[in-house]
Amino acid sequence: MSEQTRSTQDPLWTRVLLIGCTVGFLLLFLFVPLALVFAEAFRKGIKVYADAVTEADALSAIYLTLTVALVSVPLNAVFGISASWAIAKFSFKGKSLLLSLIDLPFAVSPVVSGLVWVLLFGARGLFGPWLQSHNLQIIFAVPGMILATVFVTFPFVARELIPLMQAQGNDQEYAALSLGASGWQTFRRVTLPNIKWALFYGVILCNARAMGEFGAVSVVSGHIRGETNTLPLHVEVLYNEYNSAAAFACASILSVLGLLTLALKTFIEWRVGLRRQKH
Amino acid sequence: MQAKRPRSILPGFGLSLGFTLAYLGLVVIFPLLMVFVKASGLGWQGFWEALWSNRVWAACRLSFGLSLFAGLLNGVFGLLIAWVLTRYRFPGRRFLDASVDLPFAMPTAVAGIALTTLYAPNGWIGALLKPYGIKVAFAPAGILIAMVFIGLPFVVRTLQPVLEDFEAAQEEAAATLGATRWQTFRRVVYPQLVPALITGTTLAFARAVGEYGSVVFIAGNMPGKTEILPLLIITKLEQYDYAGATALAAMMLVVSFVLLLVINFLQRKTLVRTSA
Repeated sequence: MSEQTRSTQDPLWTRVLLIGCTVGFLLLFLFVPLALVFAEAFRKGIKVYADAVTEADALSAIYLTLTVALVSVPLNAVFGISASWAIAKFSFKGKSLLLSLIDLPFAVSPVVSGLVWVLLFGARGLFGPWLQSHNLQIIFAVPGMILATVFVTFPFVARELIPLMQAQGNDQEYAALSLGASGWQTFRRVTLPNIKWALFYGVILCNARAMGEFGAVSVVSGHIRGETNTLPLHVEVLYNEYNSAAAFACASILSVLGLLTLALKTFIEWRVGLRRQKH
Repeated sequence: MQAKRPRSILPGFGLSLGFTLAYLGLVVIFPLLMVFVKASGLGWQGFWEALWSNRVWAACRLSFGLSLFAGLLNGVFGLLIAWVLTRYRFPGRRFLDASVDLPFAMPTAVAGIALTTLYAPNGWIGALLKPYGIKVAFAPAGILIAMVFIGLPFVVRTLQPVLEDFEAAQEEAAATLGATRWQTFRRVVYPQLVPALITGTTLAFARAVGEYGSVVFIAGNMPGKTEILPLLIITKLEQYDYAGATALAAMMLVVSFVLLLVINFLQRKTLVRTSA
């Protein structure tokens, strides 16, 4: 090693000490809790685990979780594409304000994110009497849970796409248009391939949050077993009934989802990083 | 150089901006405004009456105090972890780096029950602490641990890019002039990390104040003792105290907006620093 690199390198004992602290901290705060989820889930054996995740209420919770994600994630993906097209491809007044407003839901407590829908559609909410007279229910029902999920996952796709599209500029789109492509062809053949990884990245993060959201959904769900319980809410119900093995069995499904998201995310970062080096 | 090309060449401006504004308005702005409309319906007096109670005051102290503490702890450990992950090369580094995002990826309720079981008096760690009379679960210490868990990625991920872009030449210059490693860190590196460090800490603080899922299980939820603000909103809602819930929500929203402004300002400052 050259003298210069050595001069900016920490002494060995510092490195060992700091790496030790880091590993210790991450073990204590991240890996031990994660290991505990799986240990508790299988503590009473495979049979109890299998029963807990195939029981009717658990299955309906899984089904509802998938339904909520399947509606809210595509909505926010379409919004993300539309917002990034407008913001990255054109210049207009108030753009930075718009950018801040898109990030707003991240700053709001999940509980407040649920509360806003109760204030709008709850029995005493703004549209409550109208909904009641038409026999429609949004709060304590699936539509309310979808709305709450849409709110908390709102910025995920947009905030991945906007910086990327801003960095890519408009030159390729101009070239396509000047060669006679229509606007839609330009978007589909030029823009979309350029942003596909960032789009996928945003969608999996959005999906993980949509399936795992607890606070906001908890406020608007009626906690009706087998009807308005998503998987995280079902975990809460089981846990509060002191049915720890079943609660952790269902929690382990959510943990696997989280780990899978993390793995995919790391893979995409590696993949995009690789491409950036090649250019 | 011409600043901007005419905007009319690419199609779809009206459509995309129109949809963006309509969707943003319906899903985010209008619902959030409802909180303030409802809160202003209470009038000043009603607003203060809804907020002015020992229970609310205790929840505020607990939520803001512990979040501040958790943010500072995250600042210290986040700096340490970001430094180790960007500066040192060791086996398993990439794995540790990826795992920092675990609190973002894990559903909050799962983290909540896992931490509670871990620190309960009969849990893996709780049992170790029990002989010393240290109570973590169902006590403020447990809330603090959950808040540190949820806030950690914010500080690490804000500091990492700044540390990666840091010019080695500055540290080399300090070393040439006879500074020790510690002096170089303290006088040369650290001052330039401060804006990012404050941004990360503020983000972690803001998240901790609003966090519900990972905190509510371990908190114990004793009114006046271990009851956090978000839980108090839910409690008021369940008691059909809409005025109280709305007033609290409005107060929390104002706090998060102020924090958002602070963060935006700091981030702009960080950008100026790093690009200069």
